[in-house]
Amino acid sequence: MPTWIQLVFLVCGVCFILALKGLSGPKTARNGNLLGAAAAVVACAVPFFWTELDLQHVPLILAAIAVGTVIGVFGAQKVQMTQMPQMVALFNGVGGGAAALVALLELQEHGDSFDWFPLAATAFTIVVGAVSFAGSVVTFAKLQELMTSRPVVFPGLPVAFGGSFLAAVVLSVLLVDDQQMWVGIVLGLLGLVIGLLLVLPVGGADVPIVISLLNAFTGLTVAAGGYVLSNTVLLIAGTLVGASGTFLTLLMANAMGRSVANILFGALKGGSTLGGGEASDRPVRSAGPEDVAILLGYAERVIIVPGYGLAVAQAQHTLRELVDVLIERGTKVDYAIHPVAGRMPGHMNVLLAEAQVPYEQLIEMDEINGDFKNADVVLVVGANDVVNPAAKTSPGAPIYGMPILNADEAKQVIFMKRSMRPGFAGIENELLFDPKTTLLFGDAKDSLGKLLNAVKAQ
Amino acid sequence: MSEPIVWLTIFILSVFVGIEVISKVSSTLHTPLMSGANAIHGIILLGAILVTGGTENNVALVVGLIAIVLAAINMVGGFVVTDRMLQMFTRKKPAPKKDGSA
Repeated sequence: MPTWIQLVFLVCGVCFILALKGLSGPKTARNGNLLGAAAAVVACAVPFFWTELDLQHVPLILAAIAVGTVIGVFGAQKVQMTQMPQMVALFNGVGGGAAALVALLELQEHGDSFDWFPLAATAFTIVVGAVSFAGSVVTFAKLQELMTSRPVVFPGLPVAFGGSFLAAVVLSVLLVDDQQMWVGIVLGLLGLVIGLLLVLPVGGADVPIVISLLNAFTGLTVAAGGYVLSNTVLLIAGTLVGASGTFLTLLMANAMGRSVANILFGALKGGSTLGGGEASDRPVRSAGPEDVAILLGYAERVIIVPGYGLAVAQAQHTLRELVDVLIERGTKVDYAIHPVAGRMPGHMNVLLAEAQVPYEQLIEMDEINGDFKNADVVLVVGANDVVNPAAKTSPGAPIYGMPILNADEAKQVIFMKRSMRPGFAGIENELLFDPKTTLLFGDAKDSLGKLLNAVKAQ
Repeated sequence: MSEPIVWLTIFILSVFVGIEVISKVSSTLHTPLMSGANAIHGIILLGAILVTGGTENNVALVVGLIAIVLAAINMVGGFVVTDRMLQMFTRKKPAPKKDGSA
């Protein structure tokens, strides 16, 4: 490899480090992302200027890049912000799939000359890339509600999982010993099965953690692929993503009060993590928009707890208008943002930022939790699990241990809900039946519109 | 220093750098960070180009082209979608400006 190319790859590797660094701060995030994109484009352009390489099939390669680019840009532009998590999952999955294919091709082209270590890395890339691909497709299906978001468990699943895992290890050893193409292909298929079995038992609420984990997996496969291809930039970029992705997964799991092992394998241990998932018919107190408007009118301190339901109803803008009116009247209003509100950590911030809610009004959980006892009214819009006291009180609940917003400490709680169906975690919320709770049934956008008019009419 | 050791050195140092650079991220930015990191591993596109451009076998060529399409979706889509998310964070208070219209 010519020195200039090695230097270009080194610069690209450094840019990826700076990109990640930038992405972790609010002011630098956008530039960080752009820097990463620029480095990626430069690195991918190198083969076309690398004369000693004598790249074949250039027109076909360019056409394939164009196709992928068009699909990628189209998907990225069209996706609604509420569907962001599944889009990220899908992008991650195809990346993992690509890595597995690259490793298979490398095995076919140069497998004969490989030492045992590159062969082991090849086997790793094929299996884990396929796991990432299949797992991401399942997470996509779960979040897009193409299939049930509840954990899918069948008898024998642990055995099937363990069996395929063991088979993958055995075949990997076989591949290292004798680099047969068919072994590589079977390894890829086994990876698909493992990915499927890994994600099926994970409940919908935990799927974001799995996306993050699969993202780290893909990073590691790209790193291993970089080693196989003797390419430094692939190794550096892949390792960076693998390491930071793993760390991020732990941070997210921590924010939910769960361990990663519990998220992945909790459902296998027994039925305890499965919620009822059905609407309850216990009595609740419900009221109309006018009554709720009066409650809000008397309140001096209001805290809004927004949830995914708000975004699904596309009601963020109406909510912001309502908050603006209340603030104009001298009411103190803030939004309490649970770390996993929405479908992914930080997702709610994105959704509210889209509705131009000022950043200063979004208060993170740790900061606002002590303030709930001073709140006259807490308005819960389309959220459920993040204010469910079961997380503190019932050790058997699937969300037990997750830090929650202390909405139950406020003087009045108003729930805006479409129905009595439980939240994403599939468990009933005791707070709904609390004497200080009032329910306002209906579509969030519709209800908020009526509430806004009623507040304005006061 | 033998070559495998050089690779191992790069790998291990990158692990530490990867953890260190994001260790102070606030939960607000978890989603864009995950998405941006996701785009970075789209660099597998480079690997796909190198492998595809070096093959003489027709089946391998087709598989390679599929890998290129998939990797390009990952890379390009990933960066674009991350930028779309981050754009929303940086749009600063347009509300007070158009006071009259409300």
